[in-house]
Amino acid sequence: MNWYAVHAIYHFEMARMFRTVVQSIVAPVLSTSLYFVVFGSAIGSRIQEVDGTSYGAFIVPGLIMLSLLTESIGNASFGIYFPRFTGTIYEVLSAPVSAAEVILGYVGAAATKSVILGFIILATASLFVPIRIAHPFVMLAFLVLTAATFSLFGFIIGLWADSFEKLQVVPLLVITPLTFLGGSFYSINMLPPVWQTITLFNPIVYLVSGFRWSFYELADVHVGISLALTLAFMIVCLGATWWMLTTGWRLKK
Amino acid sequence: MTPVISIRDLTKTYDTGFEALKRTNLEIGRGEIFALLGPNGAGKTTLINIVCGIVNPTSGTITVDGHDIRKNPRAARNLIGLVPQELATDAFETVWATTVFSRGLFGKPKNAAYCEQVLRSLSLWDKRNSKIMTLSGGMKRRVMIAKALAHEPKILFLDEPTAGVDVELRQDMWNVVRGLKNSGVTIILTTHYIEEAEEMAERVGVINRGEIIVVEEKAELMRKLGKKQMTLQLHERLTEIPPSLAPFKLELHADGHELVYTYDTQGERTGITTLLGTLAEAGIRYKDLSTTQSSLEEIFVSLVRRQA
Repeated sequence: MNWYAVHAIYHFEMARMFRTVVQSIVAPVLSTSLYFVVFGSAIGSRIQEVDGTSYGAFIVPGLIMLSLLTESIGNASFGIYFPRFTGTIYEVLSAPVSAAEVILGYVGAAATKSVILGFIILATASLFVPIRIAHPFVMLAFLVLTAATFSLFGFIIGLWADSFEKLQVVPLLVITPLTFLGGSFYSINMLPPVWQTITLFNPIVYLVSGFRWSFYELADVHVGISLALTLAFMIVCLGATWWMLTTGWRLKK
Repeated sequence: MTPVISIRDLTKTYDTGFEALKRTNLEIGRGEIFALLGPNGAGKTTLINIVCGIVNPTSGTITVDGHDIRKNPRAARNLIGLVPQELATDAFETVWATTVFSRGLFGKPKNAAYCEQVLRSLSLWDKRNSKIMTLSGGMKRRVMIAKALAHEPKILFLDEPTAGVDVELRQDMWNVVRGLKNSGVTIILTTHYIEEAEEMAERVGVINRGEIIVVEEKAELMRKLGKKQMTLQLHERLTEIPPSLAPFKLELHADGHELVYTYDTQGERTGITTLLGTLAEAGIRYKDLSTTQSSLEEIFVSLVRRQA
């Protein structure tokens, strides 16, 4: 293992986050606060409780997931797309690094940022509503697993995209709708039966449900299924990234 | 010559169908300065990029210090430093951070003293805390060289390193290159400034349309393909060359004020004595006389034209 390279890439990517602290941290915190003002206070005051939990507290896990997914994909896709765009990727391509080292460096940094962000949002949310975490280790496992999985997914998008537009397409047109329709702001029990079934095809449902269970022991689907599906998606992403890096797809003409 | 890089039957066809390299064979000797010359689009950068691992070859094998670049890329790449043609730098990083990054990326432990030495040799030390985007084009070029040297490579590729840089930097750069050469580093460079290749390189390869036309010791190439010319500045304008001078195949230049004689340096006799005697007999007087040898550039142009 070329640990020096892993460290160099990781350090470089983390430095990028601290350079863009407003965009990386302040913006998500602001948008989370806005969600609380709108959903938690304005609308939430009319929805009394969801399965015994106040609406404001109910939406916290979903809000964290929403930011986690968006930021993981955004950070990881931009982290690899930008060097491709400016041409500085030549150095990584010519360096004695394996696919594992590249993934550890880039995806590890993107996932770290997302986990930090998740904690910041959790702290912000606790200013608005009382939060209880029933299973902190499961919560942490979901946080890390989701951050790593969607950073890998973002990395794939960053390798695939050949324009800034394509970089935005998947997060905006796929991830955001799926997250909003994935039970971030409601329990799927509230939906008519047909929609409950359709919703189960949305993978985000399993993430949000499992994550929410770690807080309030409220779940739309069993937490084991949630963990298994997240792991399965991670393995698929890992396989795809591995293939892209070892064959040099879109990287080595 | 013990080769440090061996390229055998290398071909590259891009997805567009463009054949950038056609069965290329080339060996680079350990510790030499090798200049790869060729017009734009000849395949120089493709060749370098394949050796460095940036472009996948279509077929062929390459070994770097005995390591196959496909089977053992890590061992091969550890040895190589690359300064690519395009200026590609991390605009928001400082000079120091980007140099340290390159060293780490190539698997070397931190060595602040060595990085300092590299930056000083390229007159970048004063700029170490500047963001790269604030630097001029020439300075950015220096940064790219510093990055390539940061991991103490044994083989250095310089793809058009002097494109768009001023005289001072070129001098600096060639001093660095000489220093590296003296410490045993092998240097492969491409350049459009052929006089630089003429000054720096020990061996020269000419590539055109994906094929290596010639690989030769520079001195040998100049001797074999070079011509000499003698120019006589005439006292009085000459309208035509007298018949007695016909065997010398002279040319009239500068509106009849100059006579140019081209001769072969390898020939047994150059014919200069006879020519001067014949001129005296014909009553042609001259003020001055000079000789020039054809440059590598002229040789290069004639080689490339001959193929076309």
